[in-house]
Amino acid sequence: MGDAAPLLECRAVSKAFGAVQALYRVDFEVRRGEVMALVGDNGAGKSTLIKGIAGIYPFDEGEIYFEGERVSIHGPRDAGKLGIEVVYQDLALADNLDVVGNMFLGRERTRWGFVLDESNMEHAAQETLDGLSVTTLRSVRQTVAGLSGGQRQAVAVAKSVMWNSLELILDEPTAALGVAQTRQVLDLVRRLAERNLGVVIISHNLHDVFEVADRITVLRLGQRVAMLERSKTTQQEVVQAITAGTLTHVPGMADAGVTET
Amino acid sequence: MTTGPKAGAGSGPETAVTPEEALPPATGGFAAPPETVSGYVRRRWEAILAGELGSMPIVVGLVVIAIVFGTLDSTFFVERNFTNLLLQLAPVATIAIGIVFVLLIGEIDLSVAFVSAVGGVAMTLLLRPGDPGWPWWLAIAFALAVTTLIGLLQALVITKAGVPSFVVTLAGLLTWSGVVLILMTRYSTAGTVRIQDPTVVGIASNFLSNAWGWVMGVAVVAGYALPQIQTARSRRARGLEAKPGLVLVLQIAGLAVVTFAAVWYANRDRGVPTVTLILLVLIVFWSFVATRLRFGRHVYAVGGNPEAARRAGINVDRVRIMVFMISGFMAGVGGIILASRLRSVATGTGGGNLLLNVIAAAVIGGTSLFGGSGRVVSALLGALVIAAIQNGMGLLNLPQGNQFVITGLVLLGAVLVDALAKRRRAARGVV
Repeated sequence: MGDAAPLLECRAVSKAFGAVQALYRVDFEVRRGEVMALVGDNGAGKSTLIKGIAGIYPFDEGEIYFEGERVSIHGPRDAGKLGIEVVYQDLALADNLDVVGNMFLGRERTRWGFVLDESNMEHAAQETLDGLSVTTLRSVRQTVAGLSGGQRQAVAVAKSVMWNSLELILDEPTAALGVAQTRQVLDLVRRLAERNLGVVIISHNLHDVFEVADRITVLRLGQRVAMLERSKTTQQEVVQAITAGTLTHVPGMADAGVTET
Repeated sequence: MTTGPKAGAGSGPETAVTPEEALPPATGGFAAPPETVSGYVRRRWEAILAGELGSMPIVVGLVVIAIVFGTLDSTFFVERNFTNLLLQLAPVATIAIGIVFVLLIGEIDLSVAFVSAVGGVAMTLLLRPGDPGWPWWLAIAFALAVTTLIGLLQALVITKAGVPSFVVTLAGLLTWSGVVLILMTRYSTAGTVRIQDPTVVGIASNFLSNAWGWVMGVAVVAGYALPQIQTARSRRARGLEAKPGLVLVLQIAGLAVVTFAAVWYANRDRGVPTVTLILLVLIVFWSFVATRLRFGRHVYAVGGNPEAARRAGINVDRVRIMVFMISGFMAGVGGIILASRLRSVATGTGGGNLLLNVIAAAVIGGTSLFGGSGRVVSALLGALVIAAIQNGMGLLNLPQGNQFVITGLVLLGAVLVDALAKRRRAARGVV
């Protein structure tokens, strides 16, 4: 991937909600085959950045490049077309449907346009899960309600992968998980990168971040205060950046309305 | 036919319904078991322990009812009473099919009883000889169009104005009962209008000949068995897990025994009622819609997690509107069947405990009040329970008050089972 254009690049994107400057000229990039961690304190602008990329709401300023080309993302559909998928914290799975039903939700395969083609979908779902080495599922016909947190996360990720996404954004994928399950999900994240996807992982857990990420972007008060290579940094340095990273633009000085967190 | 306990398999082999392995994911959790019989049974048992009860409670309930009334009253199992039972349960089961859909998306429709009355009254008035004396098919089509439109109207208020369905349909309950009263006061002399059209009256008073009864029985079993076998074969061919052959054979045999016993028994009296055939066709059709169509999948998704459905690109409002239209349509069909059975409509049509019976049928049949879980066939099973209890208590000459109390307790029991099962599911689902 080296010198090629990053898979996704945001240049100087800003976003304000009324008087609150949630993002200020933030640069952000992800390359193919890498895991980029996005860290920062509460209110640092992580979610705002992700939602902008996902098309939930547009940035006020700045440019987005996807595979080197300038793109405009005006809605979740645009993001989806580019191949950007977000796996939200609350997962958006329907508990009462089985794994196959969830993975194909809204994009069911049918015969004659309206009759579900179950065995076709089951086959494809199984293939995708196998491809991601998700082996903990007993059956793809299990309802999601019976799955553990790690398994659910795996299903949610597999769902996104199946739709040929190029970039996957994982919002706090390990937040609610125990040790073993976290392990499974982190392994899964690594495998996604190995499949040459660009992966963004938002996490509060620096231990997790240091385990999977190749690079780490640190946001603080809506600005990017650091971008570090995992192999060349330490947890202390990241914590330092999160809590006291140097702001290029001091809130309250130029823009009167900037507020904290 | 499903008139009794189902062959011990306990997994509630659907009555000529849901042909493929594609059970509604909601109740189905037990799909795609391993190839061994013991593995299949064990997994079903685990699913039950985990709160995926399926049709088990209803099968147990029917056995209890059969034993209780069978011992208490010698006429309960008489052939004539059996065909009566089939006639009694038809309107309730029909309307309850619509309620199953509404409950599946986690909503409620309290207006169905009076909407059904609007349908029945509209049809009856249009049929009055010479005034305007419409042909039966046109009157029925018009009545169904009206009730479907009522469903659409209520759904639009629910989705576009964001008012809870409970309130909108409660308003509907009052409004449509008023409409029935207005129509009946305007057009009836003594508060009733008789139906004279032989076709319409025949809906709920004709019986299939013995031969056709058997044809229907065979069709039911074949309609269940063939797709199941075909699915199992094609799944095996594609290397997917399929139901073990022995389990399949036992389920089909169980259904065959129950169906043929029912046909045989009905034939000893007047035969299988025509309306039973109509009801079975409706059950099969709507089961197909719920379990095999993209639309059905979306219904379950909206009931299970509306937000997930929305994010998956499903037009949630459209699904809701369609479901309330189904509810209105099925209420209309039920109203027509009821009018046909009583051969008239009256000012009191749609009143009494019709609404209670309909909702109770869906819930007792195993459809969850919490949305996302249930099957169309539960309308039939629940209506069978309700009709059997009320029929049995009627034979025993229990006072009306006692009958209400007992029906109420049965409903409470069904809701408790639902709530406890949900808790179990939740306990397992929690991380």
